[in-house]
Formats: sequence, C-alpha cells, structure tokens
Amino acid sequence: MKKIYMDHVATNPLHPDVLDAMMPYFKENYGNPLSLYGPGFKAREAIEHARESTASLINAKSKEIIFTASGAESNNFALKGIAYALQGKGKHIIVSKIEHHSVLNSARFLEKQGFAVTYLPVDNHGLVDPEAVRKAITGETILISIIHASPEIGTIQPIAEISKIAREKGVLLHTDSVAAAGNIPVDVDALKVDLMTFAAHQFYGPKGAAALYVREGTRIVPLIYGGIQEGGRRAGTENVPAIVGMGRAAEITKRDLQKRIDHIRPLRDNIISNTLKIDKVILTGHPDKRLPGHASFVVEYIEGEAMLLMLAAKGIYSASGSACSSKALKSSPVLISIGVPIHLAQGSVVFTLGEETTTEDITYFNETFPQIISRLREISPYSKGWEETEAPTCTAKK
Amino acid sequence: MYSEKVMDHFTNPRNVGEMTDADGIGAEGNPVCGDAMKIFIKVKDDIITDVKFQTFGCGAAIAVSSMVTEMAKGMTIEEASKITKASVAEALDGLPPQKMHCSNLGADALHKAIEDYKNKQKK
Repeated sequence: MKKIYMDHVATNPLHPDVLDAMMPYFKENYGNPLSLYGPGFKAREAIEHARESTASLINAKSKEIIFTASGAESNNFALKGIAYALQGKGKHIIVSKIEHHSVLNSARFLEKQGFAVTYLPVDNHGLVDPEAVRKAITGETILISIIHASPEIGTIQPIAEISKIAREKGVLLHTDSVAAAGNIPVDVDALKVDLMTFAAHQFYGPKGAAALYVREGTRIVPLIYGGIQEGGRRAGTENVPAIVGMGRAAEITKRDLQKRIDHIRPLRDNIISNTLKIDKVILTGHPDKRLPGHASFVVEYIEGEAMLLMLAAKGIYSASGSACSSKALKSSPVLISIGVPIHLAQGSVVFTLGEETTTEDITYFNETFPQIISRLREISPYSKGWEETEAPTCTAKK
Repeated sequence: MYSEKVMDHFTNPRNVGEMTDADGIGAEGNPVCGDAMKIFIKVKDDIITDVKFQTFGCGAAIAVSSMVTEMAKGMTIEEASKITKASVAEALDGLPPQKMHCSNLGADALHKAIEDYKNKQKK
C-alpha cells in the first residue's frame, strides 16, 4: 500500500545529507567541545560552523544564536529569560491566544510568579490585529510574543507590522517561528524581532536540535545554569551531532527553500480546491497568508480522529485538532479562538506537505479523502444536518 | 493504540443505518462532547430481532456502537439490559483508558432504546 506522509508540520524525515554530516560526530569526532585537544577542537569548530549556517538561514549573526534541545525549550527560554531579565522594568507580557502550549504554559507559569499576561484574540482567519497589540501595551509591558505561523491553521502573522509597534513603544518582540523558519523565507532584520524560536526538525534536520535567536545586546536570564557553553546562556555539554545536523539542514534549506515552496504550493492549492468541492467542508486559517504546504479544514458531521484512522488505513498520515484525537480530550484552543463552534472543531483535519510529496500522491489523496468523508457521513446521525437540540456545553467528559 | 477488534469494527462497522419502523430508539452523547450515538431496535416476542446504529465520533465510538449492536441482536430484552460498558469494552479486547468514559456510550444508548420500547408498550 502507498504511504503518504502529510503531517510535515508535526516533523520531517531527516535529509540524507544531514545524516551524513552528523555521523562523524557520533563516531570519530566524539570529543567534548570544551576539551583542549584534537577531537574536542573538531567538535568546537563544527558547532561554530553550524552556528554560522543556522544564523544565516534567518539572516542573523552567529553570536545571536543559542542552541537548545527543542522549540519548546526555546519558547520557555524566551518568555522566562526575558521576564526575569526585565522584571525590574515592568511585569506585563502580551501573547496571542493561538500560541503553542510552550508559550501559553510559560505565560501561565509567569502569571503565578506575579507577572500580568494579556492574551490577545485573533480574527476568524487567525490573524492578530497589530492595533490590538498597540492598545494592549502599557508602561509595564516588557515582552510581546506572537507565533509566526500557526501549525494548526497555517496562518502567517504580520510580524513586521507588530514589530514596528513594539519598537515604537520600546518593548521586546519574540516570535515562535517553529512552523515558519525553514518553510518560508525568514529574515530577522526585515521582521525586526528581538527573539525568535526555530527548530531543525521542521526543515529536515534532526529532532533535539533547535535555537533561540537573541538580538545582539538583549539581556536574557538562562534557564539552565552550569558551565560556559553557549556563552554561559545555556549550560550543558553540547549535543554536537544534533547541532551539526541543524547547521547542515539550514544550509540545504537556504539553498532549496524557493524550490521547495514552488513545488508544494501548487500541490497544496490543488488539495484545497478539490477538498472544498465537498459539501460542508470549510477551510480553516487564512486563504492566502498561510504556510505554502499547509491545508487545514473542518469537515461537518464527522469526527477528526475517525478521519485520521480511516486515512491512515489508506496509507495517508495526517493530523487533527479534535478533542478525541488529543490525549487531553480537549478541542483545539486555536480552532475555538478563530470562532469554530466546538461541534465543528471535532471535525478538524490538517494536511501538510513536504518536498517528497508528489503529484501522484495528491491525485490519490483527492480520490481517497472524499470517499472517507462519505463513508463516515453514512455512519453519522447528522448526515442530514445538525440537530437543533445540541447541548451547548459538554459536561459528560472526564 | 486500538486493539485489532476495535479496528475491525471501526473499519467494517456492522448494522449501520437508520430504522424507520423502530420499536425503540435511544440516543446518547452529543457532538460538543465529541461522541454521539443513536441506536434503533426492532423487537418481536421480547426478542431484539434487529438493531441499527448511527454514530458521530472517534474510532472507539464507532467500534463500540457496532459491537453493542452485534451483541444485542437476538437477545431477549432482559439479556440486552444486562449489557454494560465493561462487557462491550471487553468484547472489543479493551479500550484505551481515556476512551472508556467518553466514547463508550453504546450500552447507555441501547438501554435508552429498550426503555423507549418499554414505554411505547405501556401506551
């Protein structure tokens, strides 16, 4: 059976050249980068080379890159590190309601530590209104954190407009660019952000390798204390192979990015136009300002997890924001924030394409997905429409 | 995450559909919760001769509905009343713990259909 991976926003396969670049640092070049002899030097040099390549992907300087172990760590670092560094100046932080859990839960943690947090709403396409950011800024505001692109609905935020306001007001701006960096062109100087989170596995690098960009001159308190690694801002013996992998993946991505976008965008458009021909299917997120390989929908009258399982049985791997498909059994806060009613959020499904996706894959998908929808609608009691007796809330769920 | 039996009943659900001349109808859950099912029964001489279901929900919810209809078919009303959430889950070789409460609504829907049948008999 065909196996079609359409969940690139979850993670990506490792590029074969990246694995080749990493291998020597598992084997002969195993030295500790702090050691003062051959294998240590080699590891040190490899990290600094990777730092240059990683910085170059987002048009940053090498010294502005701090390697971490995940996007979640970088997001925690940005929020807590800036909050603690600037708490003397003020204790107010602004985030959007559609941030990743690692930003939202860090913000909630900081609330418990005495910081005030404003959670900005988004419109029906998932966009943050820059003017709403301006209005939320007070004399106490020290940090704004807005997700660059949503992994769930694909919407790309007007980061440059928001940074203009943040700069006018003298407030730092962090963006969680995990879903964007490596998938669309990202330039920290054009965006004028002060901090940016990005992760290697989103652009065919290894898992366990990520970075926080911190603009030169920005003070940040470390999460992890110890040795002098990463300029004393992130202690711990470096994961050399992973860092080397991130650097190599950044080089390849910088070289291939436009080619990848030109390849997946028409395939994505094909999926969207074909899927929207099906009755009672709605595109979630922004129609144009969205990630090039990202197609997300809600399908009425059926449930997301059931769709994922049926798709997987046909060899198509995808994701959903439905309550049943989540371990926490809660509907996606992102879908609720863009105004999708809870019963419709149950029918959410997300397809994300990558460089190995082919036209044949999309043809197969376009044939298969409507069949699955009809099959599940045959089983559903709502195939003729939602009943008006729906309970507005759910209390039965544990 | 699901047993082979769950996957079998999910991918090939038995007794799907609506019954226009049902003797009893039972509904449980709602789409806001993520799972909602309707069970229709046809009863002759105290025996459930036919069962049909319609379900909105995850793989487990659909498998549970299919299994409960298969179990109830041919049973007496009294026997079918004794089907429980636990016995349905057991017949499916188990359900993931987080699905035991929210998706395991088949027995409840069946009991409601039986109640509906009994109420109609009284009239």
